[in-house]
Amino acid sequence: MASYTFTTPLTSEDTKQLVAGDTVLLNGTIYTARDAAHKRLVDLIEAGEELPFDLEGSIIYFVGPTPPKPGDPIGSAGPTTSYRMDSFSPTMLKNGSKGMIGKGKRDQGVKDACVEYDGIYFGATGGAGALLGKQITSAEVIAYPELGPEAIRKITVKEFPVTVINDTKGNDLYQMGRAQYEVKD
Amino acid sequence: MREVAFDDVVKAVRDIILHCGTDLPQDTYDALVTAMETEASPVSKEVIRQILENADIAKDEKRPLCQDTGLAVFFVNIGDEVKINGGLLRDAINQGTEQGYTDAYLRASTCEPFSRANLKDTVGYNLPAIIHFDIVAGDKIDIEYAAKGGGSENVSRAKVFPPAAGKDGIVEYVKEVISDAGGNPCPPITIGVGIGGTFEKACISSKHALFRDIGSHNEDPEMDELEQRILVEINKLGIGAMGMGGTKTALAVHIESNPCHIASLPVSVNVQCHSSRHTHITI
Ligand code: SF4
Repeated sequence: MASYTFTTPLTSEDTKQLVAGDTVLLNGTIYTARDAAHKRLVDLIEAGEELPFDLEGSIIYFVGPTPPKPGDPIGSAGPTTSYRMDSFSPTMLKNGSKGMIGKGKRDQGVKDACVEYDGIYFGATGGAGALLGKQITSAEVIAYPELGPEAIRKITVKEFPVTVINDTKGNDLYQMGRAQYEVKD
Repeated sequence: MREVAFDDVVKAVRDIILHCGTDLPQDTYDALVTAMETEASPVSKEVIRQILENADIAKDEKRPLCQDTGLAVFFVNIGDEVKINGGLLRDAINQGTEQGYTDAYLRASTCEPFSRANLKDTVGYNLPAIIHFDIVAGDKIDIEYAAKGGGSENVSRAKVFPPAAGKDGIVEYVKEVISDAGGNPCPPITIGVGIGGTFEKACISSKHALFRDIGSHNEDPEMDELEQRILVEINKLGIGAMGMGGTKTALAVHIESNPCHIASLPVSVNVQCHSSRHTHITI
Protein backbone atom coordinates (compact mmCIF):
# COMPACT_ATOMS: atom_id res chain seq x y z
CA MET A 1 0.00 0.00 0.00
CA ALA A 2 1.57 3.22 -1.17
CA SER A 3 0.66 6.83 -0.44
CA TYR A 4 0.40 9.52 -3.10
CA THR A 5 -0.47 13.18 -3.42
CA PHE A 6 -2.19 14.25 -6.64
CA THR A 7 -3.48 17.52 -8.01
CA THR A 8 -6.47 17.48 -10.37
CA PRO A 9 -7.06 17.10 -13.27
CA LEU A 10 -5.74 13.53 -13.31
CA THR A 11 -4.21 11.81 -16.33
CA SER A 12 -4.07 8.12 -17.29
CA GLU A 13 -0.44 8.22 -16.27
CA ASP A 14 -1.52 9.18 -12.74
CA THR A 15 -4.34 6.70 -12.38
CA LYS A 16 -2.43 3.71 -13.81
CA GLN A 17 0.08 3.89 -10.93
CA LEU A 18 -2.61 3.37 -8.34
CA VAL A 19 -3.46 0.01 -6.80
CA ALA A 20 -6.46 -0.89 -4.62
CA GLY A 21 -5.55 -0.11 -1.00
CA ASP A 22 -3.30 2.87 -1.81
CA THR A 23 -4.07 6.10 -0.01
CA VAL A 24 -4.16 9.42 -1.85
CA LEU A 25 -4.33 13.04 -0.74
CA LEU A 26 -6.13 15.07 -3.39
CA ASN A 27 -5.59 18.75 -4.14
CA GLY A 28 -7.31 21.02 -6.62
CA THR A 29 -10.76 21.27 -8.16
CA ILE A 30 -13.32 18.49 -7.97
CA TYR A 31 -17.04 18.43 -8.76
CA THR A 32 -19.93 17.20 -6.64
CA ALA A 33 -22.88 15.29 -8.07
CA ARG A 34 -25.44 12.78 -6.78
CA ASP A 35 -28.13 10.78 -8.62
CA ALA A 36 -30.28 13.64 -9.90
CA ALA A 37 -27.31 15.63 -11.23
CA HIS A 38 -25.80 12.52 -12.83
CA LYS A 39 -29.02 11.88 -14.68
CA ARG A 40 -28.94 15.39 -16.15
CA LEU A 41 -25.23 15.16 -17.08
CA VAL A 42 -25.66 11.84 -18.85
CA ASP A 43 -28.73 13.16 -20.69
CA LEU A 44 -26.63 16.10 -21.92
CA ILE A 45 -23.81 13.78 -23.04
CA GLU A 46 -26.26 11.58 -24.92
CA ALA A 47 -27.84 14.61 -26.59
CA GLY A 48 -24.36 15.84 -27.58
CA GLU A 49 -24.80 19.08 -25.64
CA GLU A 50 -22.29 21.07 -23.65
CA LEU A 51 -21.71 20.15 -19.98
CA PRO A 52 -21.52 22.67 -17.12
CA PHE A 53 -17.85 21.72 -16.58
CA ASP A 54 -15.00 20.02 -18.43
CA LEU A 55 -15.05 16.26 -17.80
CA GLU A 56 -11.47 15.67 -18.99
CA GLY A 57 -9.40 14.42 -16.05
CA SER A 58 -12.15 15.36 -13.61
CA ILE A 59 -13.00 13.74 -10.30
CA ILE A 60 -16.63 13.53 -9.26
CA TYR A 61 -17.51 13.48 -5.56
CA PHE A 62 -20.80 11.81 -4.58
CA VAL A 63 -21.94 14.11 -1.79
CA GLY A 64 -24.92 16.13 -0.59
CA PRO A 65 -23.46 18.50 2.03
CA THR A 66 -25.18 20.13 4.99
CA PRO A 67 -25.85 23.88 4.65
CA PRO A 68 -22.72 25.93 5.48
CA LYS A 69 -22.55 27.91 8.70
CA PRO A 70 -22.07 31.65 8.10
CA GLY A 71 -18.49 32.26 6.95
CA ASP A 72 -17.80 28.64 5.92
CA PRO A 73 -17.59 27.54 2.24
CA ILE A 74 -19.52 24.31 2.92
CA GLY A 75 -21.00 22.31 5.78
CA SER A 76 -20.27 18.68 6.60
CA ALA A 77 -19.47 16.82 3.42
CA GLY A 78 -18.82 13.07 3.60
CA PRO A 79 -19.52 10.60 0.79
CA THR A 80 -22.92 9.12 0.01
CA THR A 81 -23.50 5.48 -1.01
CA SER A 82 -22.22 5.04 -4.55
CA TYR A 83 -24.30 2.24 -6.07
CA ARG A 84 -27.01 4.75 -6.98
CA MET A 85 -24.55 6.18 -9.53
CA ASP A 86 -23.59 2.79 -11.03
CA SER A 87 -25.72 3.21 -14.15
CA PHE A 88 -24.23 6.65 -14.90
CA SER A 89 -20.54 6.31 -14.02
CA PRO A 90 -19.39 4.32 -17.11
CA THR A 91 -20.66 7.11 -19.39
CA MET A 92 -18.82 9.70 -17.31
CA LEU A 93 -15.55 7.71 -17.47
CA LYS A 94 -15.94 7.10 -21.20
CA ASN A 95 -16.17 10.85 -21.72
CA GLY A 96 -12.98 11.75 -19.91
CA SER A 97 -13.68 11.71 -16.18
CA LYS A 98 -10.85 9.93 -14.36
CA GLY A 99 -12.25 9.28 -10.94
CA MET A 100 -15.10 9.13 -8.47
CA ILE A 101 -15.25 9.47 -4.70
CA GLY A 102 -17.96 7.73 -2.70
CA LYS A 103 -18.58 4.87 -0.29
CA GLY A 104 -19.75 1.29 -0.78
CA LYS A 105 -19.40 -1.27 -3.53
CA ARG A 106 -19.83 -0.67 -7.28
CA ASP A 107 -21.22 -3.02 -9.91
CA GLN A 108 -19.21 -4.88 -12.55
CA GLY A 109 -20.04 -2.28 -15.19
CA VAL A 110 -18.27 0.44 -13.21
CA LYS A 111 -15.27 -1.80 -12.46
CA ASP A 112 -14.96 -2.69 -16.16
CA ALA A 113 -15.20 0.97 -17.13
CA CYS A 114 -12.35 1.78 -14.68
CA VAL A 115 -10.18 -0.77 -16.53
CA GLU A 116 -11.19 0.39 -20.00
CA TYR A 117 -10.90 4.16 -19.45
CA ASP A 118 -8.18 4.33 -16.73
CA GLY A 119 -10.61 5.41 -14.03
CA ILE A 120 -10.34 5.07 -10.27
CA TYR A 121 -13.06 4.63 -7.70
CA PHE A 122 -11.90 6.20 -4.46
CA GLY A 123 -13.51 5.60 -1.08
CA ALA A 124 -13.69 8.36 1.50
CA THR A 125 -14.62 7.66 5.11
CA GLY A 126 -18.40 7.69 5.36
CA GLY A 127 -19.66 9.61 8.35
CA ALA A 128 -16.49 11.72 8.56
CA GLY A 129 -18.36 14.74 7.20
CA ALA A 130 -16.90 17.28 9.61
CA LEU A 131 -13.32 16.18 8.92
CA LEU A 132 -13.81 16.00 5.13
CA GLY A 133 -15.75 19.29 5.01
CA LYS A 134 -12.72 21.00 6.57
CA GLN A 135 -10.52 19.89 3.66
CA ILE A 136 -12.75 21.84 1.27
CA THR A 137 -11.51 25.39 0.97
CA SER A 138 -14.03 26.80 -1.51
CA ALA A 139 -17.37 25.75 -2.96
CA GLU A 140 -19.54 27.25 -5.64
CA VAL A 141 -22.78 25.97 -7.12
CA ILE A 142 -22.21 25.84 -10.89
CA ALA A 143 -25.35 24.01 -12.06
CA TYR A 144 -28.86 22.97 -11.00
CA PRO A 145 -29.24 25.10 -7.84
CA GLU A 146 -32.86 23.91 -7.66
CA LEU A 147 -31.55 20.49 -6.59
CA GLY A 148 -30.45 21.95 -3.22
CA PRO A 149 -27.90 19.64 -1.59
CA GLU A 150 -27.81 17.71 -4.88
CA ALA A 151 -26.75 20.70 -7.03
CA ILE A 152 -23.41 20.47 -8.86
CA ARG A 153 -20.70 22.28 -6.92
CA LYS A 154 -17.20 23.13 -8.02
CA ILE A 155 -15.10 22.67 -4.92
CA THR A 156 -11.45 23.16 -4.09
CA VAL A 157 -9.90 20.53 -1.87
CA LYS A 158 -6.69 20.49 0.09
CA GLU A 159 -5.14 17.18 1.15
CA PHE A 160 -8.48 15.43 0.86
CA PRO A 161 -7.91 11.84 2.13
CA VAL A 162 -9.18 8.96 -0.02
CA THR A 163 -8.38 5.27 -0.50
CA VAL A 164 -8.28 3.44 -3.83
CA ILE A 165 -11.13 0.89 -3.94
CA ASN A 166 -11.28 -0.02 -7.66
CA ASP A 167 -8.15 0.48 -9.74
CA THR A 168 -7.36 0.34 -13.49
CA LYS A 169 -6.42 -3.35 -13.27
CA GLY A 170 -9.78 -4.60 -12.04
CA ASN A 171 -8.83 -4.98 -8.36
CA ASP A 172 -11.45 -4.35 -5.69
CA LEU A 173 -10.33 -3.46 -2.15
CA TYR A 174 -13.68 -4.48 -0.67
CA GLN A 175 -13.24 -8.03 -1.99
CA MET A 176 -9.52 -8.22 -1.25
CA GLY A 177 -9.82 -6.78 2.28
CA ARG A 178 -12.71 -9.01 3.17
CA ALA A 179 -11.06 -12.16 1.82
CA GLN A 180 -8.00 -11.39 3.93
CA TYR A 181 -9.87 -11.03 7.22
CA GLU A 182 -12.80 -13.42 6.79
CA VAL A 183 -12.72 -16.32 9.25
CA LYS A 184 -14.27 -19.47 7.82
CA ASP A 185 -15.32 -22.13 10.35
CA MET B 1 -51.73 16.38 37.39
CA ARG B 2 -48.37 17.94 36.58
CA GLU B 3 -48.52 20.63 33.91
CA VAL B 4 -45.71 21.04 31.39
CA ALA B 5 -45.60 24.02 29.04
CA PHE B 6 -45.68 23.26 25.31
CA ASP B 7 -42.72 25.60 24.75
CA ASP B 8 -40.61 23.79 27.34
CA VAL B 9 -40.97 20.58 25.35
CA VAL B 10 -40.12 22.40 22.11
CA LYS B 11 -36.96 23.81 23.67
CA ALA B 12 -35.88 20.51 25.23
CA VAL B 13 -36.25 18.71 21.90
CA ARG B 14 -34.44 21.48 20.01
CA ASP B 15 -31.55 21.29 22.48
CA ILE B 16 -31.04 17.51 22.22
CA ILE B 17 -31.05 17.74 18.42
CA LEU B 18 -28.40 20.45 18.50
CA HIS B 19 -26.29 18.41 20.88
CA CYS B 20 -26.66 15.10 19.03
CA GLY B 21 -25.82 16.58 15.64
CA THR B 22 -22.29 17.44 16.71
CA ASP B 23 -21.43 15.39 19.83
CA LEU B 24 -20.92 11.66 19.39
CA PRO B 25 -22.23 9.93 22.54
CA GLN B 26 -19.56 8.70 24.95
CA ASP B 27 -20.60 5.03 24.70
CA THR B 28 -20.03 5.05 20.96
CA TYR B 29 -16.80 7.04 21.19
CA ASP B 30 -15.36 4.63 23.79
CA ALA B 31 -16.39 1.58 21.74
CA LEU B 32 -14.68 3.05 18.67
CA VAL B 33 -11.48 3.67 20.63
CA THR B 34 -11.44 0.01 21.71
CA ALA B 35 -12.20 -1.06 18.14
CA MET B 36 -9.29 1.00 16.81
CA GLU B 37 -6.93 -0.51 19.35
CA THR B 38 -7.94 -4.08 18.59
CA GLU B 39 -8.55 -3.90 14.82
CA ALA B 40 -6.12 -6.17 12.95
CA SER B 41 -6.21 -4.41 9.58
CA PRO B 42 -4.07 -1.26 9.24
CA VAL B 43 -6.47 0.15 6.62
CA SER B 44 -9.49 -0.24 8.90
CA LYS B 45 -7.51 1.09 11.86
CA GLU B 46 -6.83 4.27 9.89
CA VAL B 47 -10.51 4.58 8.97
CA ILE B 48 -11.52 4.34 12.64
CA ARG B 49 -8.84 6.89 13.52
CA GLN B 50 -10.45 9.27 10.99
CA ILE B 51 -13.89 8.58 12.48
CA LEU B 52 -12.60 9.53 15.94
CA GLU B 53 -10.80 12.62 14.64
CA ASN B 54 -14.04 13.56 12.90
CA ALA B 55 -15.90 13.26 16.21
CA ASP B 56 -13.34 15.54 17.90
CA ILE B 57 -13.60 18.17 15.14
CA ALA B 58 -17.41 18.02 15.14
CA LYS B 59 -17.56 18.52 18.90
CA ASP B 60 -14.93 21.27 19.11
CA GLU B 61 -16.15 23.25 16.12
CA LYS B 62 -19.86 22.43 16.39
CA ARG B 63 -20.01 20.94 12.89
CA PRO B 64 -22.43 18.13 12.00
CA LEU B 65 -20.76 14.74 12.51
CA CYS B 66 -22.11 13.51 9.19
CA GLN B 67 -23.79 15.27 6.28
CA ASP B 68 -26.60 12.76 6.50
CA THR B 69 -28.26 14.22 9.56
CA GLY B 70 -31.01 11.67 9.27
CA LEU B 71 -34.65 11.48 10.06
CA ALA B 72 -35.47 12.40 13.66
CA VAL B 73 -36.71 9.30 15.51
CA PHE B 74 -38.27 9.47 18.99
CA PHE B 75 -39.48 6.98 21.55
CA VAL B 76 -41.64 8.90 24.01
CA ASN B 77 -43.02 7.56 27.29
CA ILE B 78 -45.57 9.97 28.66
CA GLY B 79 -46.67 9.65 32.29
CA ASP B 80 -50.43 9.39 32.89
CA GLU B 81 -50.21 12.31 35.33
CA VAL B 82 -48.75 14.84 32.85
CA LYS B 83 -50.69 17.41 30.90
CA ILE B 84 -49.16 19.54 28.13
CA ASN B 85 -50.30 23.15 28.37
CA GLY B 86 -50.70 25.01 25.11
CA GLY B 87 -50.79 22.27 22.49
CA LEU B 88 -50.25 18.65 21.57
CA LEU B 89 -47.12 16.73 22.54
CA ARG B 90 -46.69 15.55 18.95
CA ASP B 91 -46.72 19.13 17.67
CA ALA B 92 -44.21 20.21 20.32
CA ILE B 93 -41.81 17.43 19.30
CA ASN B 94 -42.17 18.33 15.62
CA GLN B 95 -41.60 22.02 16.32
CA GLY B 96 -38.53 21.26 18.41
CA THR B 97 -37.23 19.03 15.61
CA GLU B 98 -37.67 21.77 13.02
CA GLN B 99 -35.96 24.35 15.22
CA GLY B 100 -33.09 22.02 16.08
CA TYR B 101 -32.41 21.04 12.47
CA THR B 102 -32.58 24.67 11.34
CA ASP B 103 -30.50 26.18 14.16
CA ALA B 104 -27.76 23.52 13.91
CA TYR B 105 -27.48 23.83 10.10
CA LEU B 106 -28.44 20.18 9.73
CA ARG B 107 -29.64 18.89 6.38
CA ALA B 108 -33.35 18.51 5.66
CA SER B 109 -33.48 14.94 4.39
CA THR B 110 -37.20 14.13 4.25
CA CYS B 111 -38.94 13.85 0.90
CA GLU B 112 -42.15 12.69 -0.71
CA PRO B 113 -41.74 9.00 -1.64
CA PHE B 114 -42.34 9.24 -5.39
CA SER B 115 -41.68 12.78 -6.58
CA ARG B 116 -38.71 12.77 -4.13
CA ALA B 117 -39.53 16.43 -3.53
CA ASN B 118 -38.08 17.80 -0.31
CA LEU B 119 -40.86 18.59 2.17
CA LYS B 120 -39.17 21.53 3.86
CA ASP B 121 -41.32 24.16 2.19
CA THR B 122 -44.61 22.30 2.65
CA VAL B 123 -44.56 20.09 5.75
CA GLY B 124 -41.57 21.69 7.51
CA TYR B 125 -37.79 21.45 7.79
CA ASN B 126 -37.01 17.73 8.12
CA LEU B 127 -40.57 16.97 9.23
CA PRO B 128 -42.48 14.96 10.16
CA ALA B 129 -40.41 13.34 12.87
CA ILE B 130 -40.93 9.61 13.44
CA ILE B 131 -42.48 9.33 16.91
CA HIS B 132 -43.37 6.18 18.87
CA PHE B 133 -45.55 6.98 21.90
CA ASP B 134 -46.31 4.92 24.95
CA ILE B 135 -48.22 5.77 28.12
CA VAL B 136 -46.65 4.90 31.48
CA ALA B 137 -47.38 5.61 35.15
CA GLY B 138 -46.05 8.84 36.67
CA ASP B 139 -45.70 12.56 36.06
CA LYS B 140 -42.68 12.66 33.76
CA ILE B 141 -42.10 12.68 30.01
CA ASP B 142 -39.28 10.44 28.94
CA ILE B 143 -37.82 11.14 25.49
CA GLU B 144 -35.30 9.00 23.66
CA TYR B 145 -34.00 10.51 20.45
CA ALA B 146 -31.82 9.35 17.56
CA ALA B 147 -30.88 10.88 14.20
CA LYS B 148 -31.18 7.94 11.82
CA GLY B 149 -29.20 8.13 8.58
CA GLY B 150 -30.22 6.52 5.30
CA GLY B 151 -27.14 4.39 4.58
CA SER B 152 -27.68 2.04 7.50
CA GLU B 153 -31.48 2.14 7.31
CA ASN B 154 -31.32 1.01 3.66
CA VAL B 155 -29.73 -2.34 4.51
CA SER B 156 -32.15 -3.20 7.34
CA ARG B 157 -34.55 -6.12 6.85
CA ALA B 158 -37.31 -8.14 8.51
CA LYS B 159 -38.71 -11.62 8.05
CA VAL B 160 -41.24 -13.85 9.78
CA PHE B 161 -39.69 -17.28 10.34
CA PRO B 162 -41.41 -20.53 11.30
CA PRO B 163 -40.83 -21.25 15.02
CA ALA B 164 -38.47 -24.12 14.19
CA ALA B 165 -35.89 -21.64 12.86
CA GLY B 166 -34.92 -20.93 16.48
CA LYS B 167 -31.72 -19.20 17.53
CA ASP B 168 -29.64 -20.81 14.78
CA GLY B 169 -32.00 -19.41 12.16
CA ILE B 170 -31.72 -15.93 13.69
CA VAL B 171 -27.91 -16.05 13.77
CA GLU B 172 -27.80 -17.09 10.10
CA TYR B 173 -30.28 -14.40 9.12
CA VAL B 174 -28.34 -11.59 10.82
CA LYS B 175 -25.15 -12.83 9.15
CA GLU B 176 -26.85 -12.83 5.77
CA VAL B 177 -28.20 -9.27 6.19
CA ILE B 178 -24.86 -7.86 7.35
CA SER B 179 -22.85 -9.80 4.77
CA ASP B 180 -24.97 -8.43 1.92
CA ALA B 181 -24.71 -4.91 3.35
CA GLY B 182 -20.88 -4.90 3.25
CA GLY B 183 -19.47 -1.40 3.68
CA ASN B 184 -22.67 0.45 2.70
CA PRO B 185 -24.01 1.07 6.25
CA CYS B 186 -20.71 2.67 7.37
CA PRO B 187 -19.23 0.04 9.69
CA PRO B 188 -18.26 -0.34 12.50
CA ILE B 189 -21.98 -0.78 13.06
CA THR B 190 -24.34 -1.58 15.91
CA ILE B 191 -26.98 -4.19 15.12
CA GLY B 192 -30.46 -4.02 16.59
CA VAL B 193 -32.35 -7.31 16.50
CA GLY B 194 -36.06 -7.36 17.26
CA ILE B 195 -37.45 -10.80 17.98
CA GLY B 196 -41.02 -11.92 18.44
CA GLY B 197 -44.21 -9.92 18.78
CA THR B 198 -45.94 -9.31 15.48
CA PHE B 199 -44.26 -8.22 12.25
CA GLU B 200 -44.31 -4.51 13.15
CA LYS B 201 -43.50 -5.13 16.80
CA ALA B 202 -40.29 -6.90 15.79
CA CYS B 203 -39.34 -3.94 13.57
CA ILE B 204 -39.98 -1.35 16.26
CA SER B 205 -38.10 -3.47 18.81
CA SER B 206 -35.09 -3.69 16.51
CA LYS B 207 -35.06 0.10 16.24
CA HIS B 208 -35.47 0.60 19.97
CA ALA B 209 -32.66 -1.87 20.68
CA LEU B 210 -30.27 0.58 18.99
CA PHE B 211 -30.98 3.21 21.66
CA ARG B 212 -29.34 1.11 24.36
CA ASP B 213 -25.81 2.21 25.27
CA ILE B 214 -23.03 0.21 23.68
CA GLY B 215 -21.23 -1.77 26.35
CA SER B 216 -24.36 -2.37 28.43
CA HIS B 217 -25.57 -5.92 28.89
CA ASN B 218 -28.95 -7.37 28.09
CA GLU B 219 -30.90 -7.93 31.31
CA ASP B 220 -31.93 -11.37 30.10
CA PRO B 221 -28.88 -13.70 30.38
CA GLU B 222 -30.14 -15.87 27.53
CA MET B 223 -30.39 -12.88 25.20
CA ASP B 224 -27.06 -11.54 26.45
CA GLU B 225 -25.47 -14.81 25.38
CA LEU B 226 -27.19 -14.67 21.98
CA GLU B 227 -25.96 -11.08 21.48
CA GLN B 228 -22.37 -12.16 22.14
CA ARG B 229 -22.73 -15.17 19.85
CA ILE B 230 -24.01 -13.04 16.95
CA LEU B 231 -21.30 -10.40 17.51
CA VAL B 232 -18.54 -13.01 17.23
CA GLU B 233 -20.09 -14.41 14.03
CA ILE B 234 -20.45 -10.95 12.45
CA ASN B 235 -16.86 -10.03 13.17
CA LYS B 236 -15.73 -13.21 11.41
CA LEU B 237 -17.21 -11.86 8.15
CA GLY B 238 -14.10 -9.71 7.60
CA ILE B 239 -16.00 -6.64 6.33
CA GLY B 240 -14.10 -4.17 8.53
CA ALA B 241 -14.42 -0.39 8.83
CA MET B 242 -16.15 1.09 5.75
CA GLY B 243 -15.99 -2.40 4.20
CA MET B 244 -12.24 -2.19 3.60
CA GLY B 245 -11.53 -5.51 5.31
CA GLY B 246 -10.99 -6.06 9.00
CA THR B 247 -11.98 -7.65 12.25
CA LYS B 248 -14.22 -4.98 13.77
CA THR B 249 -17.32 -4.89 11.58
CA ALA B 250 -19.71 -4.51 14.50
CA LEU B 251 -19.30 -2.81 17.87
CA ALA B 252 -22.31 -4.45 19.47
CA VAL B 253 -25.47 -6.50 18.93
CA HIS B 254 -28.56 -5.48 20.89
CA ILE B 255 -31.62 -7.71 21.12
CA GLU B 256 -35.16 -6.91 22.23
CA SER B 257 -37.33 -10.00 22.50
CA ASN B 258 -41.12 -10.20 22.87
CA PRO B 259 -43.69 -12.97 23.29
CA CYS B 260 -45.13 -13.95 19.91
CA HIS B 261 -47.81 -16.02 18.20
CA ILE B 262 -47.52 -19.81 18.53
CA ALA B 263 -47.24 -20.06 14.73
CA SER B 264 -44.50 -17.52 14.07
CA LEU B 265 -41.05 -16.16 14.88
CA PRO B 266 -40.77 -12.58 13.55
CA VAL B 267 -37.20 -11.24 13.29
CA SER B 268 -36.09 -7.75 12.33
CA VAL B 269 -32.54 -6.48 11.83
CA ASN B 270 -32.04 -2.72 12.07
CA VAL B 271 -28.53 -1.45 11.44
CA GLN B 272 -26.94 1.62 13.02
CA CYS B 273 -23.82 3.18 11.48
CA HIS B 274 -20.84 4.34 13.56
CA SER B 275 -22.36 7.84 13.66
CA SER B 276 -24.72 6.64 16.38
CA ARG B 277 -26.33 9.92 17.36
CA HIS B 278 -28.68 9.11 20.22
CA THR B 279 -29.64 10.51 23.59
CA HIS B 280 -32.22 10.37 26.36
CA ILE B 281 -33.89 13.08 28.47
CA THR B 282 -36.59 13.25 31.08
CA ILE B 283 -38.84 16.28 31.43
S1 SF4 C 1 -24.67 5.54 7.22
FE1 SF4 C 1 -24.39 6.90 8.99
S2 SF4 C 1 -22.26 7.58 8.93
FE2 SF4 C 1 -22.77 6.69 6.93
S3 SF4 C 1 -23.36 8.45 5.70
FE3 SF4 C 1 -25.25 7.60 6.56
S4 SF4 C 1 -25.60 8.68 8.50
FE4 SF4 C 1 -23.49 9.10 7.85
